Amino acid sequence: MQQEAGAAAREAGAEDRAEGRSRPVIDVRNLSLTFETADGPVYALSEVDLTVNAGDFVSFIGPSGCGKTTLLRVIADLERQTAGQISVNGVSPHEARQARAYGYVFQAPALYPWRTVERNVMLPLEIMGMSSAERHDRAARYLDLVNLKGFEKKFPWQLSGGMQQRVSIARALSFEPDLLLMDEPFGALDEITRDHLNEQLLRLWERTGKTVIFVTHSIPEAVFLSSKIVVMSPRPGRIIDVIDCNLPPDRTLDSRESQDFAEIAHRVREGLRAGHSYDD
Amino acid sequence: MTTEALGAPARPSPGLLSRIFAGRSGPLAVVCLAIFALWYLGTVWLNAPLLIDRYERQGEDWSITRLAEDAMAMERPVLPAPHQVAVELNKSIFQRNVTSKRSLVYHGWVTLSSTLLGFAMGTLLGIALAVGIVHVNTLDRSLLPWVIASQTIPILAIAPMIIVVLGNIGFTGLVPKALISMYLCFFPVTIGMVKGLRSPDPLQMDLMRTYSASTGQVFRKLRWPSSIPFLFASLKVAIAISLVGAIVGELPTGASAGIGARLLVGSYYGQTVQIWAALLTAAAMAGLLVAAVGMVERLVLRRTGVRP
Repeated sequence: MQQEAGAAAREAGAEDRAEGRSRPVIDVRNLSLTFETADGPVYALSEVDLTVNAGDFVSFIGPSGCGKTTLLRVIADLERQTAGQISVNGVSPHEARQARAYGYVFQAPALYPWRTVERNVMLPLEIMGMSSAERHDRAARYLDLVNLKGFEKKFPWQLSGGMQQRVSIARALSFEPDLLLMDEPFGALDEITRDHLNEQLLRLWERTGKTVIFVTHSIPEAVFLSSKIVVMSPRPGRIIDVIDCNLPPDRTLDSRESQDFAEIAHRVREGLRAGHSYDD
Repeated sequence: MTTEALGAPARPSPGLLSRIFAGRSGPLAVVCLAIFALWYLGTVWLNAPLLIDRYERQGEDWSITRLAEDAMAMERPVLPAPHQVAVELNKSIFQRNVTSKRSLVYHGWVTLSSTLLGFAMGTLLGIALAVGIVHVNTLDRSLLPWVIASQTIPILAIAPMIIVVLGNIGFTGLVPKALISMYLCFFPVTIGMVKGLRSPDPLQMDLMRTYSASTGQVFRKLRWPSSIPFLFASLKVAIAISLVGAIVGELPTGASAGIGARLLVGSYYGQTVQIWAALLTAAAMAGLLVAAVGMVERLVLRRTGVRP
C-alpha cells in the first residue's frame, strides 16, 4: 500500500522531470530584505531571482551570513521581504503557510521534551485535526521511514542527536507536504551520521518526488543531494550562480569520488570564489 | 590471599563520623542539636531576671542549678523550654478530642481549610493574570505594575478592612480568610507563570508558526507544557504564604478558631507555651504543604518525561 503510493509518486515526479512540464513551486523576483538594526541597516538579501520547479532538490550554499537561511525563512513566511515578489505554489508565502504547504526542518531538532517521540511526530497532525487512528498510523509509518521503529515511547533526551534530527524529519513528513524546507538539518551532526542521513534523504526524495529546498554550507553534501545548486555570497546576500547537477539517480556515497562529482564541486567552489566567499 | 590480591586495592574503611555525615541525617541531627542547645540556654538566660527578682523578694537563697531548673518549669515563661512546648503539643494534639476547641488539630484544620481554598483561588487568579499578560499587549503594560504594587501594601493593614467589608455584606468565616490568602499567593504564581509561558525558545515557536497553529493551540501544546516547571516552583512559595495569609486573616477578626486565634488568645493571657505550640504547628503544616506540592511535582514531571 505504502510502496504503491511511493511508486505512484515516484512515477509522477519522474514524469514531471522527464517531460519538462514542471510547474514552478517557488518563484522569487527581485527580492530584497533589509534588517534595520541599531548599527544601521543589514542587507540580508539583495535582488534575488530564483525559480524552483516541482520535484527539484535545490541546495542553497554559501558562507555564513550570505542570507541562505533568511531566504528559506522568507519562503516559509517566517520573515517578510522588504522589496520584490515571491510566490509559493502560486500564492503568497502567507497563504501557502496557512494552507500548510510545506514541512520545515530546523537546524536543531526542536522536539518538545515533554512529548514522546511518537507524540512529537503527531504534533502537526493534532494541530491539523487528524483523527487519533490516522495520527497513530502516520506516526508509525514515518518513524519507520526514518528507521526509528521501536523508539515510539522514548523521550527525546533518550535519543542521540542524529536520531532526534530524524524524528524532526519524520515530523515534517508526517502531514505529507509536497514541499520540504530544510535549514542545515545535519549541520550539528558528526560526519558519519551525516553521510548516512544524506543517503537516506536522497532515497526518500527519489521515492516521494517531493520538492526539497536544502540549506547547507557543505559542498560535498550539496553536490551529492541536489538537482540544482544555488551558490550565494554575503554582504549583501545574493545569488552568484545556479548550477545544474544531474548525477545518476542511483548514486551512493561512493559516487563522491567520481569525475562528474569533482567537476560540479569545482564549479561550486568557483562560484563561491567569485562571490568573494573565500576572502578574508 | 589470592582473592585479596585480585580484589580492589584495600581502602581504609570510612570512620563512623564520616559515614554518619555522608547522608543527610547526620548534618540535620547536628543542626537540630545546636538549635536545642541554644534554645535551652536562651530559656535560662531570658527567664532568669524574673526568677532572680522573685527569689530576692522572698529572701530565698538560690543557686545556678536551681535557677536553671525553675527557668524550665515556669507556668508563663518569657521563653518556654523545648520540652514544655513538646508536652503542650502532645497534650493539645493527641490527648484532646479533635472536635474540642482546645485541640490544635481542630484549629489546624480550620486554618488549613482556608489556606487550601485561598491557595486554589490564588493559583487560578495567578494563572489567569499570567495568561492575560502574555497574550494581550495592553495587559502586559498595564497590569504588571499593579500586580507588583499590590504586594507592597502590608497585608496586616488591609486584612482588617477586607474582613470588615466582607462581614458587612454577609461573608464571614472561611471566605474572607481565604481571600486574604489568595491576595498573597496569586503574586508568585503570576510572576512565575509569565516567565514560564514565555519560556519556549524561538525555534519551538517558529515550529508552531509553520503549522499555522492558532493562539489556543500554541497555548495548549507549547506554552502551557513549557511552563509546568515554573508553575510548581511558584506553587511551593504560594502555598507557604497562603498559610501565612490564613493565619493573618484570623488575627483581626477575633476569630474563635484557627491557628491565628490560638496565637491571639495565647498572647492575651500570656500563655507563651501555647503560642509556641501553635507556632510550631503552623511551621510543621507549612513544611508538609510544601512537601505535598513537591510530591505532586515529581509525579507530574515523571509523567511528562523530564530527565530524572
